[in-house]
Amino acid sequence: MAEATLREEALPGTGGVPQGLRDFAGDWASDQEVFKGVHWGKAMMWIFLLSDTFIFSCFLTSYMTMRSSVTVPWPNPSEVFALTIGGQSIPLILIAIMTFVLISSSGTMALAVNYGYRRNRKVTAALMVATALLGATFVGMQAFEWSKLILYEGVRPWGNPMGAAQFGASFFMITGFHGCHVTAGVIMLLILASKVLRGDYDRSGDYSAVEIGGLYWHFVDLVWVFIFAFFYLW
Amino acid sequence: MNHTPVHDVSHQAALTPVHNVGQQHPLGIYFKVWGLLFVLSGLSYSVDYFHVQGFVRWALIITFMLLKAGLIVAIFMHMAWERLALIYAILVPPIALGTLVYLMSIESNYTFWTRILFFDAGS
Repeated sequence: MAEATLREEALPGTGGVPQGLRDFAGDWASDQEVFKGVHWGKAMMWIFLLSDTFIFSCFLTSYMTMRSSVTVPWPNPSEVFALTIGGQSIPLILIAIMTFVLISSSGTMALAVNYGYRRNRKVTAALMVATALLGATFVGMQAFEWSKLILYEGVRPWGNPMGAAQFGASFFMITGFHGCHVTAGVIMLLILASKVLRGDYDRSGDYSAVEIGGLYWHFVDLVWVFIFAFFYLW
Repeated sequence: MNHTPVHDVSHQAALTPVHNVGQQHPLGIYFKVWGLLFVLSGLSYSVDYFHVQGFVRWALIITFMLLKAGLIVAIFMHMAWERLALIYAILVPPIALGTLVYLMSIESNYTFWTRILFFDAGS
């Protein structure tokens, strides 16, 4: 720490930044590594995911507050999200399929990270494209679910024919924000996969980008675990 | 900063005492977790399908949810093999959310009874 400060002071007037600020930045960044041996990008991704955890938790907590303070019955998710397949109404089936699709995408992503560290360029890229396709399938099913609710069931953010008015607002906010994350993840995966295929990470010798991208993708799956439990199964 | 080979070796080294299976069959652990996540999701879906209600429903749903979340974070996100400094930095702050949930449940309880007393009594 002292060395860094000395080095900073030894530099004669570089730029217009006051010395005090220079020292401040130097003290906070003087080669002090808290997360030893952890790729900086991975540490930053984890911190971003931590902040995202708080955002989703705020949504879920406000949903809990709304749901447990309404005096009219909450629409039964088991019935609202039922699908009629072959003349039989199966409760929550679309959501169950979406859950399995997202878990499978997490599985292929985990394999992609593993093959990345083995420097298997083609298999890594293929697995990442498979992950992106599963993610796109998930978003597609969500679009189907949304349009069904909006067009046929008459669910609006300010009300719905089935019960508590707050249902629509919480549903669109929570699943919409999650769907945006999945969509962003699909785009990220496709960009990363094309970089893998192009050999960018073979040249730099560092496949960490695949793992860091994977962290984001697993997080999206993780959030869905909580949404599935609290929104659909409550 | 570290480079991939170093990182990979540290992973493998840390793997040995904890999961011998993971080291012998590096891909196997992912397939196992994948399978477990399917089973746990299937179980939580069946809780709804068979209309389990009341305390049992909540206990089962929360248990399956936490198991799934734990598997994803520990194995898929490799948290089990990270350094303690990172694990604590990421996993301890969310505990604070418990306070928020607790306060909001008190608040919603208050709102609920206020609504019962002042809105529904007249109608």
